Amino acid sequence: MQLRLEHIIDGLKQAKTFEALESNISGLRDSLGCDHVVYHSVNNTGAQWAALTYDPVWVNRYIAEDYVRIDPVVQGCLRAFDPFDWRRLDWSAKNVRAFFGEAREMGVGEQGYSIPIRGPNGQFAVLTVNDQSSDETWSGFTDQRAQDMLLLAHYVNQQALQIEQAGAPVQPQFQNLSPREIDVLSYMAVGLSRMQAADRLKISEHTLRVYIESARHKLNAANTTHAVARALILGLLAI
Amino acid sequence: MLRYLYADQLADEPLLADTMFKDRAYQFRDRLKWDVTVTEAGWEQDQYDALNPLYVVWQNPDGTHGGSMRFLPTTGRTMVNEHFSHLADNRKIESAVIWECTRFCLSPDASDSVAAALMLGGAEVGRNFSLSHAIGVFSRPMVRVYRKLGWGPTILGSDGQVSTGLWEFSDAMRKHLCIKAGVLPATSSWWFSLSFNSITAAKRIRA
Repeated sequence: MQLRLEHIIDGLKQAKTFEALESNISGLRDSLGCDHVVYHSVNNTGAQWAALTYDPVWVNRYIAEDYVRIDPVVQGCLRAFDPFDWRRLDWSAKNVRAFFGEAREMGVGEQGYSIPIRGPNGQFAVLTVNDQSSDETWSGFTDQRAQDMLLLAHYVNQQALQIEQAGAPVQPQFQNLSPREIDVLSYMAVGLSRMQAADRLKISEHTLRVYIESARHKLNAANTTHAVARALILGLLAI
Repeated sequence: MLRYLYADQLADEPLLADTMFKDRAYQFRDRLKWDVTVTEAGWEQDQYDALNPLYVVWQNPDGTHGGSMRFLPTTGRTMVNEHFSHLADNRKIESAVIWECTRFCLSPDASDSVAAALMLGGAEVGRNFSLSHAIGVFSRPMVRVYRKLGWGPTILGSDGQVSTGLWEFSDAMRKHLCIKAGVLPATSSWWFSLSFNSITAAKRIRA
């Protein structure tokens, strides 16, 4: 079956609310002809949002048990950015095997293909396509649709970002903190010294001071401590 | 051989990492006189090395670094968008199918075929991850090296010292680079699958 990519993308662009995007995810599942599609986003303030077709009972269980800590799919997406087949992941640990056994009972398919997305300002997302099929059928499916799925993952993410931005109040100038400024303030906020923060960010202490100063300026703060406090209150830091 | 390593995997390869970042210091600070940061250990590293980028590395038989380059997706933070967008009419290049390639580096005693092999590694990345283009930041003399290998970039802009440009991925270019590098296409696929433990790639080799 040929995917009608343009049709799906047009549908995505119409989605102006998270609810509408959720129904698009279901539609995407039907177009792909697979069992499940999962979209999961974490923005730079740590806020999470997901649109998926899994059984809500499983989703609640996953959240309650904090399975995100051991889920190899999420762990894989956090560090790397190349799309991967679930068969490439390490499922051998005892607790991971138990986790996946439970997922299978809840209707999660054995085969999966996940596309990590690195978005603007440290945003991060993943689109997973999941199915119950043989190794051979699944390899054929992913080989044929790799690029379509890659593009779809990014269109879903773009639309989700747009919906998120439209819902937010008008953003004053302090929202224009650069990613570097946010990184620096985040490290200050968790108690790192200037030297340690500079070391982590692989920049010189001098450069670090420039970032602190520009962030302080944008936040109308009196000093570094004030800037960190302001940024925390405003929810700008990813800690 | 060609290896494909994320930064966190490179940490398990102390000799390769040490020689790679020292070769980068030699090329970018000593030879090209770029204003780069070099650590006390003599490693050239910047903030993008902290984002767990993907490195394509030519590893010599003795385990040391022969050449390397660094990939990051343009949907996330990239050097070209944060520092060099003025070279391309202030346009930001953000696309699911374009990755940024920077820090193309050759060890001082690398043979000509290493440059070709590295370009082949780039072509493998494009092919296996369904990418259309790579966007790069490079010094002007490198343009000649790329052109000599038959895969020159489309230049987007230049400030005299540094240029940005686009490379288009294609199967034909991959084959061409296999010949230039003296590497069989099957060998190149095998190296890629070793790094990514990819079932798909392993199947392609058998096919």
